[in-house]
Amino acid sequence: MGYVWLIPVLPLLSFLIILFTRPVIYKKAGIVGTLFSGAAFVGSLIVLFSHFQEGNYLVEANWLSIDAITLTVGFEVNPLNALMLVIVTLVSFLVHMYSIGYMEDDERIATFFAYLGLFTFSMTALVMSPNLLQIYFFWELVGVCSFLLVGFYFYKPEAKAAAKKAFIVTRIGDVGLLVAIFLLYWQAGTLELDGIFSAAESGAITPTMITIIAILIFVGAVGKSGQFPLHTWLPDAMEGPTPVSALIHAATMVAAGVYLVAVMFPLFLASEAAMTTVAITGGVTAIFAATIALVQNDIKRILAYSTISQLGYMMLALGTAGYTAAVFHLTTHAFFKALLFLAAGSVIHAAHEQNILKLGGLGKKLKGTALLFLLGSLALSGFPLFSGFFSKDEILASAFSDERYILFGLALFTAFLTSFYMFRLYFLVFAGEGKGGAKESPRTMLIPMAVLAVLAVFSGFIQTHWFGTFLGDWLETTPYPVIFSSVEAPLWIPILASALSIGGIALAWLMYVKQSVPHNWLYGSIKEVHQVLDRKYYIDEIYQGVFVKGLFVFSYFWSYFDRFIVEGTAAAMRGVVTQLGKTGVKVQSGQVQTYGAVAFSGLVIVLLVIAALGGYFQ
Amino acid sequence: MSSIPLSAYLVTALLLFCMGLYGALTKRNAVIVLISIELMLNAVNINLVAFAKYGVGASIRGQVFSLFTITVAAAEAAVGLAILIALYRNRGTVNVDEMNTLKK
Repeated sequence: MGYVWLIPVLPLLSFLIILFTRPVIYKKAGIVGTLFSGAAFVGSLIVLFSHFQEGNYLVEANWLSIDAITLTVGFEVNPLNALMLVIVTLVSFLVHMYSIGYMEDDERIATFFAYLGLFTFSMTALVMSPNLLQIYFFWELVGVCSFLLVGFYFYKPEAKAAAKKAFIVTRIGDVGLLVAIFLLYWQAGTLELDGIFSAAESGAITPTMITIIAILIFVGAVGKSGQFPLHTWLPDAMEGPTPVSALIHAATMVAAGVYLVAVMFPLFLASEAAMTTVAITGGVTAIFAATIALVQNDIKRILAYSTISQLGYMMLALGTAGYTAAVFHLTTHAFFKALLFLAAGSVIHAAHEQNILKLGGLGKKLKGTALLFLLGSLALSGFPLFSGFFSKDEILASAFSDERYILFGLALFTAFLTSFYMFRLYFLVFAGEGKGGAKESPRTMLIPMAVLAVLAVFSGFIQTHWFGTFLGDWLETTPYPVIFSSVEAPLWIPILASALSIGGIALAWLMYVKQSVPHNWLYGSIKEVHQVLDRKYYIDEIYQGVFVKGLFVFSYFWSYFDRFIVEGTAAAMRGVVTQLGKTGVKVQSGQVQTYGAVAFSGLVIVLLVIAALGGYFQ
Repeated sequence: MSSIPLSAYLVTALLLFCMGLYGALTKRNAVIVLISIELMLNAVNINLVAFAKYGVGASIRGQVFSLFTITVAAAEAAVGLAILIALYRNRGTVNVDEMNTLKK
């Protein structure tokens, strides 16, 4: 456990080595990066298993002492951290390996692996931070990595715009987090998690303040996890290379928002209003993103909206006190969504096409990819006995037992939509007649996908009320005061959820394979709805109209204010002084006679004054 | 001895001084300006002499002082004229309006 700090240091080393030897190392950068991230993964596994035996671990050192303020840095291992470490390093390792094949033709491959190393470093350090300041620090660092990697193809204007959007929109959320950190320091006097929680427990922070702080923290999480209304950056972030989408925008960084809420969970538990906010935001986001995903045609965008929707599920779970459910779904989602993205990348790599309407029949050519994609889709759809089935079931049970029946209903319907859009995607891409040639991806790409597929299928068994709630029991060993409500669902919930999931698959099959239900039977009748979904509820347009244009109007106003009022005043002052100077210049004619006359008149005035006062000045 | 009062001398000196001042301030010809300055000096001399005769502490000192003034005025006139001639040689004019190099 004492060597736990090595886990972030290894990817950092990889970053530095590749960064400084880029021209020499070039294509071998992939191997270096894979080795280092593999080592980090092994380290994380060791940490995980030693946590089983040794329990929680925390090491801290003073960083800065200014008067009474002491800031600490350190590393912490508790169940949540250890689990996140394993997820992050595993997905990172697999994505590194996958990228060797995927990025081999890119001449900036070394830079790519350097960025991946930097990201893995930031993310692992983020999940090990025992205080909020450190969390914030690495929180921003993963944002920077996301910016760099989304804009990796910076010569494409879309990628450039997407990178900026990703950075700016998440920054909006980060401001909330930053304010929350300030408030917490003001109220609790410390930024260390246990200090904050004990302050909250002892009543040192008023309930209203706890609500405000929790909601502000949640705003940060909303930005990072692409929750409504700050979700718009995530679909655009798909301009980045696909392995990046898998690593950052599916499995790890976007889950950081969920992680943050999970870390600060004791604070949320103390505020009913904050919990409701989290639950409603999550539930609304889940169905909102799922409906958009129904009509998108870009393979990666569908997955991106699906990610938003699934993150919404996790938030819903957290908001309904389903701590275990959220962490569980985070874990399974990381596996199957990374798998889906990597499989989508494999399709793109093979067919050089992202539009699913132009793809088709790839199932025969890309047998491996098709099978892996199918497994991922089944897991995501919550097909019985796949990992997504168990974790989604847990979330539904959590929402149901918390008596949030409307959100529960939305979540159920979302489950149906999820399986429908995933299989619409699957059938359009892999079934039917072949369009265009394609060649199966190399083994370095298939092996990571196969590993993820195994996890996507079986990782659900770590937490089920049938065999044992291993994950939930283990998470309970957290050092922080989290109340667990890993509830057993009534039997009808999993049955209903499975039925909906299978129903979605069946509907997709009928529409896109058998074509017994025409494609457009729904669009045809409600064109307007389809239009609204296709334009993603016009959110981007609304933001453009309200915020961007509003900001323009606002800034034009101040620009004119500056130009005419402020600069006008300055110009007037300058004019007065100039005129004064010019008058002065006229007086100084160089004519001795004028000077004499002036001097004389001055003398006369002085004498007159003296005469009037009747003598010298008194 | 004489019935001319002190005020008459003073008024004469005042008129003379004002004429001199007027000339010094308004005339364009530098020679006239110089002569006007002499007029003002002479007005001062009259004052000195008048006070020496009729002043409160009348004494010979005022007359002695006026002699000094005349001497200094003569020297001043000589120097002034010399400067004027030098200027005239340099610039070809004795018009004071054109002598504005102080400005630059």
